[in-house]
Amino acid sequence: MSQNVVYTDNNATTMVAPEVVEAMMPFFSQLYGNASSMHFFGGQIKKYVDDARGKVAALINADPAEIIFTSCGTESDNAAIRGILAAQPEKRHIITSRVEHPAVKNVFQHLGKNGYRVSEISVDRLGRIDLDELREKLDHETALVSIMWANNETGVIFPIQEIAELVKSRGAVFHTDAVQAAGKVSIDLHKTPVDLLSISGHKLHAPKGIGVLYLRKGVHCVPFMMGGHQESGRRAGTENVPYIVGLGRACELAHEFMSVEQREVARLRDLLESELTEKAIDASVNGDTEHRLPNTANISFKYIEGESILMLLSEVGIAASSGSACTSGSLEPSHVLRAMGIPFTRVHGSVRFSLSRYNTQDDMHFIVQHMLRIEKRLRDISPFGRDEINAH
Amino acid sequence: MWDYNEKVKEYFLNPRNVGEIKNADAVGEAGSLACGDQLKLMLKVDDKGLITDAKFQTFGCGSAIASASALTEMIIGKTMDDVAKITNKDIVDYLGGLPVEKMHCSVMGHEALEAAVSNYYGESPETLEAKKKHVVCECFGVTDQEIISVVRDNKLLTVEDVTHYTKAGGGCMSCHDKIRAIIEKVSGEAEKTVVPKPEAKKLTNLQKVKLIEETFEKEIRPMLRADGGDIELIDIEGSRVTVSLRGMCSSCTSASFTLKKYIEPKLREFVSDDITVEEVKP
Repeated sequence: MSQNVVYTDNNATTMVAPEVVEAMMPFFSQLYGNASSMHFFGGQIKKYVDDARGKVAALINADPAEIIFTSCGTESDNAAIRGILAAQPEKRHIITSRVEHPAVKNVFQHLGKNGYRVSEISVDRLGRIDLDELREKLDHETALVSIMWANNETGVIFPIQEIAELVKSRGAVFHTDAVQAAGKVSIDLHKTPVDLLSISGHKLHAPKGIGVLYLRKGVHCVPFMMGGHQESGRRAGTENVPYIVGLGRACELAHEFMSVEQREVARLRDLLESELTEKAIDASVNGDTEHRLPNTANISFKYIEGESILMLLSEVGIAASSGSACTSGSLEPSHVLRAMGIPFTRVHGSVRFSLSRYNTQDDMHFIVQHMLRIEKRLRDISPFGRDEINAH
Repeated sequence: MWDYNEKVKEYFLNPRNVGEIKNADAVGEAGSLACGDQLKLMLKVDDKGLITDAKFQTFGCGSAIASASALTEMIIGKTMDDVAKITNKDIVDYLGGLPVEKMHCSVMGHEALEAAVSNYYGESPETLEAKKKHVVCECFGVTDQEIISVVRDNKLLTVEDVTHYTKAGGGCMSCHDKIRAIIEKVSGEAEKTVVPKPEAKKLTNLQKVKLIEETFEKEIRPMLRADGGDIELIDIEGSRVTVSLRGMCSSCTSASFTLKKYIEPKLREFVSDDITVEEVKP
């Protein structure tokens, strides 16, 4: 594509920061040693891996020894859930939310078919978790609770401090998928009693193919990958040094930019939302706007369909995503929006714009201008809501 | 991103014959809100049975718009008898192919055309609905007749194919055995298309009322209330359920779709599979 690109699909993946690319380069050429080797050539690599581990730990205020490098967020989620259950096979009850990413949702579904009792905690119309329901569902058989830190579709942030304290008080292990939260909101694991936490590199301007599993000291988790003694025997496989170094640099940058991003990116997002909801025929924001990631806007356009919207946005170089059934590859519309009780006509017409520090105010105006045109155009084709268009 | 060919993109970006025909001689509708697609096809037919104009409105994805657009082009200038022979495969061929996951969009076009033809020959939408009363896939409300016709017209061999073409079997997957049985019947003995009918549950009226109320509470009200609407059970006569839509639903233009495409399938799923739902205005 030679045209101008306005990339607002950062919850799907992000651009690798130029600083990250630069940090990685030497490890593809001269510094190619194996960090586990006994000789000087490999041995010199270890300090770079340790340095990156320190930077990841600093982003979430953890001890570097609690950081395990994995291949992606999905691996971290799988390793956490299966590893914890393997370590305490006598407990057969597990709890999650209705709005998890498939990397958690489908693992729980599989476990449910294989002898585990699974409880799913509901969310309300704004996508907020029902803490009372969680309190009720926790029992002496509960082995693990896995609830995401922030939702990928709506950006809604869950009260992880309260959830973690509640789960710990009942003697269960708590895992959180923080793939969308890490780098966007402050995470302090000295303060928040999370046992395991997943991070994905490519959601915070590191490349695809690198992730992190935080495992609190003293929590027993059976390794998912067995083999060599890498990562202190907790995750076998030769260290992916260039990507580990890249992730370290990306975490350092995320840390550095966090407060600016929380202000600036949120300002752009709010601008986009207010312009669209004011000027569109019928647009409404999905999710709790009080507790939300600074970069995510999930907007439903009534009576028009998401894939059509995305295709027309694509035509002018705007990248976004949708909860419509037609864009999911499966045939079901977004399970997140459905769990929130959003009606079908709004789920199918939902568009998620997820921003990054690389977006500008001009991008927002560009999106508003085209989105309003596209809404008008698709409403003209739609058999629904004819009167509202005439009134607009 | 779906791999749409240039012609499909062209027909999506510059749709033909979008709009409404006032006093249309035939109208056909297909699709469902739950699936995120809905097509309304309107025809102007002269006294010799020739289609002089066709227009459509659709709530749907790129390939739904392209399919509807292509369909109108294909039928203008043809007679009602000619177009009755058009299948979903003809629409796909006209467009030079659709991604396999998107075949159901062509099926929707075909269904709307079928409905328009029936409408032209004086069959009411209710009779048409009654004809198709054996719902195989409860999740997406797909009937045996729809599955039989795509299996026959497109020579489908697997459940996955049927899912791509009709969405049937794409949800809870509990109907896969029934779909497999249909494929075997159709491909085995093409002249005979008998399908195993689901056993009708025998319920007393009281049990029915209880089950219907429960289904309303658990399955239907949460959705309606989200839009400021509500539903009330008015009467039950055998398998005929009369309801009244309240609040926003009573003035909603898509209420009849909701009734037939959402409420009725839910009641068939949770109460009894021969239920038909009708609305009375409060």
